[in-house]
Amino acid sequence: MNRFVWPLVAVAALLVFLVMGLKHGDPRALPSPFIGKPAPQFELPTLKNPEVTIGTATMAGDYALVNVWATWCVMCRAEHPFLLELAAQKAIPIYGINWRDSRLEAMRWLDDLGDPYLASAYDEDGRVGIDWGVYGAPETFLVDPQGTVIYKHLGPLDRVIWQREFESRINSGGPAK
Amino acid sequence: MIPEIGQFALILALALAVCQTVLPLVGAHRGNTAMMGVGRTAATGHFVFVAIAFACLTYAFLTDDFSVLYVANHSQLALPTLYKVSAVWGAHEGSLLLWILVLAAWTIAVAYFNADLPDAYSARVIGVLGFLSVGFLLFALLTSNPFDRLIPAAADGGDLNPLLQDPGLAIHPPLLYIGYVGFSVAFAFAIAAMISGDLDQKWARWTRPWTTVAWLFLTLGIALGSWWAYYELGWGGWWFWDAVENASFMPWLIGTALIHSLAVTEKRGLFKSWTLLLAISAFSLSLLGTFLVRSGIIVSVHAFATDPTRGFFILTFLAVVVIGALVLYAWRAPSLDSDAGFGLLSRETFLLLNNVLLVVAAALVLIGTLAPLVVEMMTGGKISIGPPWFNIAFLVPTLPLIVLLGMGMHTAWRTQKTASWWRLLRIPAIVSLVLGVVIPLFIYGRISVLLVVGCSAAAWIVISSLIQPVRSLLREKGTAGIPRSALGMSVAHLGMGLFVIGVTVVSAFGIESDQALQPGESIEVGGFEFHMVGLSNVRGPNFSAIEAEIEIRRDGEFVDTIRPQKRQYLVQKSWMTEAGIRAGLDKDLFVALGDQLGQNAWSVRVQYKPLIRFIWLGALVMALGGLIAISDRRYRRSGRESEARTRAAEAAA
Amino acid sequence: MKRLFALVAATLLVSSAFAIDEGKRFDDPELQARYEKLISEVRCLQCQNQSIKDSNVTLAADLRREIARMIDEGQTDEQIAEFLVVRYGEFALYRPRTTGKTLLLWIFPFLLVLLGGYALARVVKHRMSLPIDDDITQEGQ
Repeated sequence: MNRFVWPLVAVAALLVFLVMGLKHGDPRALPSPFIGKPAPQFELPTLKNPEVTIGTATMAGDYALVNVWATWCVMCRAEHPFLLELAAQKAIPIYGINWRDSRLEAMRWLDDLGDPYLASAYDEDGRVGIDWGVYGAPETFLVDPQGTVIYKHLGPLDRVIWQREFESRINSGGPAK
Repeated sequence: MIPEIGQFALILALALAVCQTVLPLVGAHRGNTAMMGVGRTAATGHFVFVAIAFACLTYAFLTDDFSVLYVANHSQLALPTLYKVSAVWGAHEGSLLLWILVLAAWTIAVAYFNADLPDAYSARVIGVLGFLSVGFLLFALLTSNPFDRLIPAAADGGDLNPLLQDPGLAIHPPLLYIGYVGFSVAFAFAIAAMISGDLDQKWARWTRPWTTVAWLFLTLGIALGSWWAYYELGWGGWWFWDAVENASFMPWLIGTALIHSLAVTEKRGLFKSWTLLLAISAFSLSLLGTFLVRSGIIVSVHAFATDPTRGFFILTFLAVVVIGALVLYAWRAPSLDSDAGFGLLSRETFLLLNNVLLVVAAALVLIGTLAPLVVEMMTGGKISIGPPWFNIAFLVPTLPLIVLLGMGMHTAWRTQKTASWWRLLRIPAIVSLVLGVVIPLFIYGRISVLLVVGCSAAAWIVISSLIQPVRSLLREKGTAGIPRSALGMSVAHLGMGLFVIGVTVVSAFGIESDQALQPGESIEVGGFEFHMVGLSNVRGPNFSAIEAEIEIRRDGEFVDTIRPQKRQYLVQKSWMTEAGIRAGLDKDLFVALGDQLGQNAWSVRVQYKPLIRFIWLGALVMALGGLIAISDRRYRRSGRESEARTRAAEAAA
Repeated sequence: MKRLFALVAATLLVSSAFAIDEGKRFDDPELQARYEKLISEVRCLQCQNQSIKDSNVTLAADLRREIARMIDEGQTDEQIAEFLVVRYGEFALYRPRTTGKTLLLWIFPFLLVLLGGYALARVVKHRMSLPIDDDITQEGQ
């Protein structure tokens, strides 16, 4: 093969790569580094009662959803009815982390729209949010009975995503991958 | 009705572009003059219809025709007229139409200004350009039609992205596209030459001025974009190595290499195949940039609505164009070897060094842009590659490039005697080193190795580019004594020197400070006192703003008043920072309003930016150099005549 | 004037996702420089392509605060990078680390220049062996 063919080979490889890249999906989706790792420890006062605290220990022993929400988050409002539905079915214990919010407004939100959470932790300064690697509410983590994070969903939760990503993982009893 | 006319005009333009492709190429193959002649006529018609389509879209914007989806999404009743016009290319569909218009304009420029090219060659060039037009017209009509209707029509539009409502950004895309698309001419010349198999030096001479024009517009376009980012994005940076910036920078780097390599090919008949490859690459990288920016494959600050269908279309087109060109190249290039030699110390060696380093620089930009995608596809993990990597990686090839540039300019073709070379360059070299210490230490009061290197390099380029013009000025003949192309080279390199000094000084001595400020208070940055006099409410045509009045003083003496704004655009509800800048050749003083802190105080970002104007001034001077170079006499006359004259001149000398 | 600020305040409440802070100030200029450099090299994950230094969103402000805290505590740049990588992955760093899969990136620039230099040396060596005189038209300068 003469050296004048090399540019052709290089470009063909680049093109194949770009086709694969195009099929790869959303470049903005960011995998959570916590999948398969123990859920980050935290201990925070609950939203409704600053005297009482909840934390990682509260959730141990069962599958649990940890939902990061805030009243300023538009998409949180969109997923709220589905969270209520899950809570009504008693499908799974749901814990909230109220992220970077005002306590008053957050309590009013739960009064007005209904409260799907067993309890919501009140993360006023966003420290726990950072420990959980949260970068945009809503985010929903699935934690297994041993306290390992097995899935994270970014964006509003709905029935389709719940069945496809969450139920399947709970049923198979561990990290899918 | 008007939008339908525009749509119809686009379809007719496509039909004519097909004629413009097929007939001249077949005609040239068969030696049929009549068929070849159709090319120019078809190209003219094609241009006229694209211009009609463009005018129709502009008309729809000016008359607020919100029954056109694109207009409804990107304009608004209260939008100032200037921005209604620039909104035409403010988003994907319209900017594609602008791209098509620019390509058609380049085509007729080639068709009419190159009347003295051999018929068959000219026909092939027009045919190849026609093929590119067909691709882009199909792209517009099939995936990105700017004339799609919105039924029922909207009462008011969604407004142009507030970031784009700025005079600098209104003209940035046209300049950039003239540059980007202009490399298609060099590409077409290369393809036409390869199809015919007739690749003597005339090819390089024909290509050179066109490439230089494209390059100078691209230079201006990139510089304007950088200037805009500086004052409009609010953070005072001038380059972030964002994918969109890289997309325009890679063709620029290769285009710069091409200009230099064309010089060798024209002068000595050397490196023909390499020059061809660069001509193909410059335009291919323009296409690749378009793909990266519009397919959404890479995260970027730019907000082109992305769509995988469009991605696949551009990628397919890119594949056809580039693979076609490279197959032709693999077939023709082996026969182009020339057996001319040159010495180790010669202009040829330096130009080769220039090419290698520029290509390495472009390859690094490409690697840095695509590596996150590679890593993700191979490991599933995501990484970011940002300014810290690019700044270092880019210096590796460009620092030697800068040093070599000053030497190469004063090295003779074929072979250079070392003694006379050293005699000419030693004084400038010593002066540059001295200046490299003096500038940072005595003007700015601090010194480091990198600073000495940067300042010496800048001084070195500036001095060495001035040697030739100054010498001929001192002689009787004045600057008329040097050919325009040599003068253009000196000026362009001078611009490079100004750019380097600007970058070095501003990155070493620039000061940024985020602080709280309220009316009546002052803060001190870089020896200047910034006093906030007060805040007021301002209304624009489609925004409301809070404006701060800030007095700048130095040692108690009044310097200037600047008025940074925080604007809220009424339709899109987004906040924009309009920085207040006291611009000066020696420094910029820059204040941007951040957020309100409590009752009356604001966070402000105050910056002291010494010599930052040299960055854009340098680019402007580079472009001027290009302009001077193409005004050289030998491009004004037909090849034959010019050759005869040069021979005569040489005989006389 | 008062009405204006009422309006601004209301807007801020609605979109409280916007941060309010005035950059952290260290007494030690060296620490200040380190802080500024660090925050300019951390990616704002809520934004498209911006550093947390140049972004006004809440998370950027929170991360600036955390980084300032860690500098105050005397943590090294590596420890701070590790803190971010554990939580957000390598994606959060604009300066790829010089370990593991990103090490190669830092070698590339030098590798390419060397490769280019080698190719160039071969071409020049070949050309030096060829006759310099040619009968190709010469033009002024």
